[in-house]
Amino acid sequence: MSSNKKYWKSVEELNENNSIVEALRNNEFVEEIPTDEFLGDKDTLSSSSTTRRDFLKYVGFTTAAATLAACEGPVHKSIPYVVQPEQVIPGVADYYATTMFDGFDFANILVRTREGRPIRIENNTLEGAKFSANARVIASVLSLYDNMRLKFPKIGNESAQWNDVNQKIQQSLADAKAKGKQVVVLTNTLASPSTEKLIAEFVAKNPTAKHVVYDSVSESAALDAFESVYGERALLDYDFSKAGTIVSVGADFLGDWQGGGYNSSYAKGRIPQTGQMSKHIQFESNMTLTGAAADKRVPISVYAQKQALVKIFNIITNSSIPTGKIDNEAEVVKAANQLKDSKNKGLLVCGIQDKNAQLLVFAINQVLTSEAFMAAGVRYTRKGSDAKVAELVKDMNAGNVHTLIMSGVNPLYTLSNAKAFETGLSKVTTSVAFTQKFDETAEKVTIAAATPHYLESWNDYVLTKGTYSIAQPTIRPLFNTKQFQDCLLVWNGSPLTYYDYIKANASSYLNGTSWNKAVHDGLVVTSDSVLASGTADYSGAATQLAQSANAKNFELLLYTKTGMGDGQQANNPWLQEFPDPITRVSWDNYVTVSKADAEKLKLENTIADNGGLDGSYVNISVNGVKLENVPVIVQPGQAKGTLGLALGYGRKASMKEEMQVGVNAYSVYFNASSLQDATIEKASGKHEFACVQSQKTLMGRGDILKETTLADYNKKDAKEWNPQPMVSLDHKEVEATTVDLWESFDRTTGHHFNLSIDLNACTGCGACVIACHAENNVPVVGKTEVRRSRDMHWLRIDRYYSSEDTFAADVEKKENFDGLDLTGFLAGNEDTKGSLGGFRQLEHPADNPQVSFQPVMCQHCNHAPCETVCPVAATSHGRQGQNHMAYNRCVGTRYCANNCPYKVRRFNWFLYNNNDEFDFHMNDDLGRMVINPDVNVRSRGVMEKCSMCIQMTQATILKAKREGRPVNADEFQTACSSACSTGAMVFGDVNNKDSQITKVVADKRAYHLLEHVGTKPNVVYQVKVRNS
Amino acid sequence: MKKVGNHSSISRIYLLSLAFLLVFSLPVFAQDAAAPKDAAAMPAATGGGDAAKGKELFNANCAACHNLDKKMTGPALRGVAEKYDKAWIYKWVNNSSALIKSGDAKAVKVFEENNKVVMTAFPQLTTADIDNILAYTSEPAPKAEVAPAGAVAGAGAEKSEGVSNDVILGVLVLVMGVLITMLYLVYNMLSRIALSKGLELTATDRSIQSVCQAFVKNQFLVLVSVIMLMLISAYFVYGYLMQIGVDQDYEPVQPIHYSHRIHAGSNGIDCKYCHSAARVSKNAGIPSLNVCMNCHKNIAEVADTTATPEHSKAFYDGEIQKLYDAVGWDRTLQKYTGKTQPVKWVRIHNLPDFAYFNHSQHVTVAGVECQKCHGPVQTYEVMKQFAPLTMGWCVNCHRETNVKVEGNGYYEKIHKELSKKYGVDKLTAAQMGGLECGKCHY
Repeated sequence: MSSNKKYWKSVEELNENNSIVEALRNNEFVEEIPTDEFLGDKDTLSSSSTTRRDFLKYVGFTTAAATLAACEGPVHKSIPYVVQPEQVIPGVADYYATTMFDGFDFANILVRTREGRPIRIENNTLEGAKFSANARVIASVLSLYDNMRLKFPKIGNESAQWNDVNQKIQQSLADAKAKGKQVVVLTNTLASPSTEKLIAEFVAKNPTAKHVVYDSVSESAALDAFESVYGERALLDYDFSKAGTIVSVGADFLGDWQGGGYNSSYAKGRIPQTGQMSKHIQFESNMTLTGAAADKRVPISVYAQKQALVKIFNIITNSSIPTGKIDNEAEVVKAANQLKDSKNKGLLVCGIQDKNAQLLVFAINQVLTSEAFMAAGVRYTRKGSDAKVAELVKDMNAGNVHTLIMSGVNPLYTLSNAKAFETGLSKVTTSVAFTQKFDETAEKVTIAAATPHYLESWNDYVLTKGTYSIAQPTIRPLFNTKQFQDCLLVWNGSPLTYYDYIKANASSYLNGTSWNKAVHDGLVVTSDSVLASGTADYSGAATQLAQSANAKNFELLLYTKTGMGDGQQANNPWLQEFPDPITRVSWDNYVTVSKADAEKLKLENTIADNGGLDGSYVNISVNGVKLENVPVIVQPGQAKGTLGLALGYGRKASMKEEMQVGVNAYSVYFNASSLQDATIEKASGKHEFACVQSQKTLMGRGDILKETTLADYNKKDAKEWNPQPMVSLDHKEVEATTVDLWESFDRTTGHHFNLSIDLNACTGCGACVIACHAENNVPVVGKTEVRRSRDMHWLRIDRYYSSEDTFAADVEKKENFDGLDLTGFLAGNEDTKGSLGGFRQLEHPADNPQVSFQPVMCQHCNHAPCETVCPVAATSHGRQGQNHMAYNRCVGTRYCANNCPYKVRRFNWFLYNNNDEFDFHMNDDLGRMVINPDVNVRSRGVMEKCSMCIQMTQATILKAKREGRPVNADEFQTACSSACSTGAMVFGDVNNKDSQITKVVADKRAYHLLEHVGTKPNVVYQVKVRNS
Repeated sequence: MKKVGNHSSISRIYLLSLAFLLVFSLPVFAQDAAAPKDAAAMPAATGGGDAAKGKELFNANCAACHNLDKKMTGPALRGVAEKYDKAWIYKWVNNSSALIKSGDAKAVKVFEENNKVVMTAFPQLTTADIDNILAYTSEPAPKAEVAPAGAVAGAGAEKSEGVSNDVILGVLVLVMGVLITMLYLVYNMLSRIALSKGLELTATDRSIQSVCQAFVKNQFLVLVSVIMLMLISAYFVYGYLMQIGVDQDYEPVQPIHYSHRIHAGSNGIDCKYCHSAARVSKNAGIPSLNVCMNCHKNIAEVADTTATPEHSKAFYDGEIQKLYDAVGWDRTLQKYTGKTQPVKWVRIHNLPDFAYFNHSQHVTVAGVECQKCHGPVQTYEVMKQFAPLTMGWCVNCHRETNVKVEGNGYYEKIHKELSKKYGVDKLTAAQMGGLECGKCHY
């Protein structure tokens, strides 16, 4: 109720001229508050009875009182849907089959969503879905929630509307048409029939347009070779399971060689269940996952590899092309003869980026009539042409390109001649970048168009000939983004959406399958692909290859790391924190140097006081381009005279500061060739690595990682190559497993979970590590914390080197120590037979060590040492075999971690969520969307560890209970076992006689880690067998 | 705020008589006339229909889309017999679309007035049935002013209840006074007797100081009282600390006054009709608003009998309107506007993040009644937390409750083995492993 009445405060106000009224109107207090008088009186202040300490006490007491009074819980809101989508039930996970392809990685996947948020990438296990998710694909779900994504389109650095963007591009296209100037569409490999058709329609509409395909990590040599033989730009899709003898010349096929994805077919041939396994010989310069898995690894330079390849060609095809001399001639001849002997069971693969070398692969395999080769499929996952990209840069600089439309590429970061591209870009009238990030290229173009993540998009792919995969969105676009294809449709004047377009286009690929089923399954197998025959001038290629020149200085081989790939996901903290399987270094790239070269150049790796690894710096120069202060890792097994450096690091644009690590090796990726001629010099300073395991050896402790040869495995008794540790009981030697301090519980009732890890099948790919990260809300701690050994990975993959040529030789050496030999030790005698000096020698890995991976997580000991020392009973054992950890009960004494023989417990030194000091995904609302709601987010001061995915086993049990049936055999899974594409990890209920785990646990290869400690673990390892 | 109460009061009688007056002074069948319900018993002039049968038929066939006085999907039907001639109404009810197609002007007009929603044809209704329905629709509207009258009465009733309490208190005070007076009189009497007998009352030192000194001297007493004091304070401190974070009986004010009493109690709607996720999910789920609209699309207001002394009909109707605002439902147009405003309920049951609880395990597998943990929700006007939701409470139930194994293939083998092991016929949840830390904490 409004009123015009005026209220008086005092009678004085009636007098308008009263000075007090005037003063009151201006000041709240008529008189000045005498603050100066109060504060200025130092004497009174200093003699005041309330000292500073008293004041603090008062503050403390009042705060405490206020805290006590505030012991009431906060008010939580629950906001239900207004209209609940039919398929969403809060608390129940939904799965969508889709396909991931970002131009580099590809996989047939299953996306787990909760309340509409994708939270996990799992493998699509349907028939025909052959590409399982690697570590990067599993981590890609976090890239969806990247806060640094481009959230709206930008025109000239200002946010814009999509209508304006499309209008501007259409105007530019019309302008280009009128002027008769070039329009170029520069994309990554698309492998999408619908997108390719769309671009073809676009080119038809714009006569001056052309499409250039660019792969940041080039496979041009292999593509050119395939094209010249088979008339199609594609790559071979080998079937390694069919190969009896695999000779690999520089092909890291367990890594990213030609896209990777060969783990499962390789592992199939490596499990010696029937007494047979494939033989694998690897020639390589960098130490790779493939080299680590090989039965015989020969470290030779790329030049030597080329010669070796020609030598193998000579032997297989009975030719006599003259070759240069190399050191390991005998090994090459031996490998070639083995290959020749295995005839159609042999397979040669090659990773040398040289068209001639790739042609020889065809020649050799064709002569062998190799089954793995002849039955190979064709994959369309790489199509880039370096020559066309080079031509584009030339055209741009010549001012011929009017409009440049880019999608899925970042040439200003990935091109070695990025400078030239940038100057060319300034001569292009309209440049458009369709990108998820405001990256190096997007910063410099006229229009940066925000595109959705693949989990927000529709697409279709033909990854391999004869299959048709569909990508469907699993969440509504988080930001104001539009797919490149939707814009193409607008420019082409089509009223359709891309979804309609794919659907209309799909009928020719679906092979009678309904569209709905295809979307549901994520893929359709349309036909078996058969490789056509073809040929080329192989001897000419061999002659040319043999004549290729050796590097004048160091051979620098650029490679992609298991964790980072081509660097598209550099802002993904899971991947940054993922330790490289070989070097075990996270948060960095580095140059790998052989021990001999390191000694020559005085480069070293040292261990700092806090246990962190330090490394020297070097400056690397290639073609006059200098990479400064590149940290060094002295890599056992690196071929002499070669260097390795990973691509994908050193990104700066649109990256969180913590993740702007490493150096950009793309700047020396000249001619898109992985092989460069480099000089290095030592620079000053020491680099602090975040390395989780130093470059040390197994020290002959054969009971941790047991290895044997195929011959022994087949002929000898299991007790010889898989011996039970012996302990003394009543002065008699007895098997360790027969002695126990405790009475055992009866574990035959209900479920009893075991996890088996086959060291033969494990390639160290790390998919399990990232899957565990995603499933269990494992926090990212950052580089400095990892350096302090505070990494939180629940699952680590230990990598061991041998000191002698093999682990077996290490054990033998240790067994044969003859006394202490103090004099020899003090004299620093290299040939000492004593244990003092001998152990010192064992510490150092050999020049070409044997390498083994061993995934280690909580072993869920039935007699767990951690459980007995917990003062608050926070960790206890369940009947189902799992070692439980009640976080809310834990007070953080860390006794358990100290008492754990496997060192698998992780302590939360800090609060990792909602903490600006750890500004990774758990510190922003967007990043937290990836958190699995079924698993607790741990707080500071509590211990955590692998729970054997109890949330998953419990969910499986509950599902069975709800359906009123027993749990099926092999229904139980953990995050790691379901992510493992090689079948190395098998999880299940050993009380179910039909399950696979029951069989593998009883296998003669099975052993427990540190069996003599008597912990009776529920994790079982299978002895590694090498076919040497 | 109590509004509606007891019905006998002067004002009500006054209003009723006023209503009677009005009834007899106005034309009997005027639409807007306020008439008492009793008057409705009079046979309607529309000819021969039985209003009681008509009501039954109306509720069975028409009520989904029609109300007597309010426009819903279809128009309000009171007095429809006066607006249209009967023959036309028969045709319309039996097959309205045919009538519209035939180009009947009236039919087309009605069709267009109601958003062109086609009325279901009722060929099964005979003319007699329709007559009955028309008789029902021709009943005069009930008297609306009853509620406020009741409200006044309610206030009175409350007052009278207060008086009765006061009386008891007053009596008690009186008794106390009498006792004190008697005590005083007895004391005086005794003093006088003592005086008269020549006994001298020795003046003992009764100052507080001396009592304290005596107390301090008696070390045993000091010790005992100190121990007692410590034990008592420990008891209270412990009690205080243990209730921190326990929100039993937490009954927050919700954005919409949703009454479980009306829904689950009076109307007997199954809990799992709305909380359907409880069967399959970890969360029971707060129903999304589209679930509310399954019924409330047609129930725009509560029945008069739903109103309670605390909450009037107008109040409940207002709460339903809040739902309409949230879901974006336009009552008059019978359309969704698309403007939604999700309801921000205050969460009552807050389990800490480190405790995993799954509804489907308890509801579907174990067959536990919702009421076991949530209390007699069907009697709750406002939802509150019934159980303390402490770990001790969970564990106790797991110790006492037998696992429901009947007909569940999952339990067959494990139950046989475990019951043999423990030597019992029926296993409790605890024996099945329901007390293991990791079953709830991960």
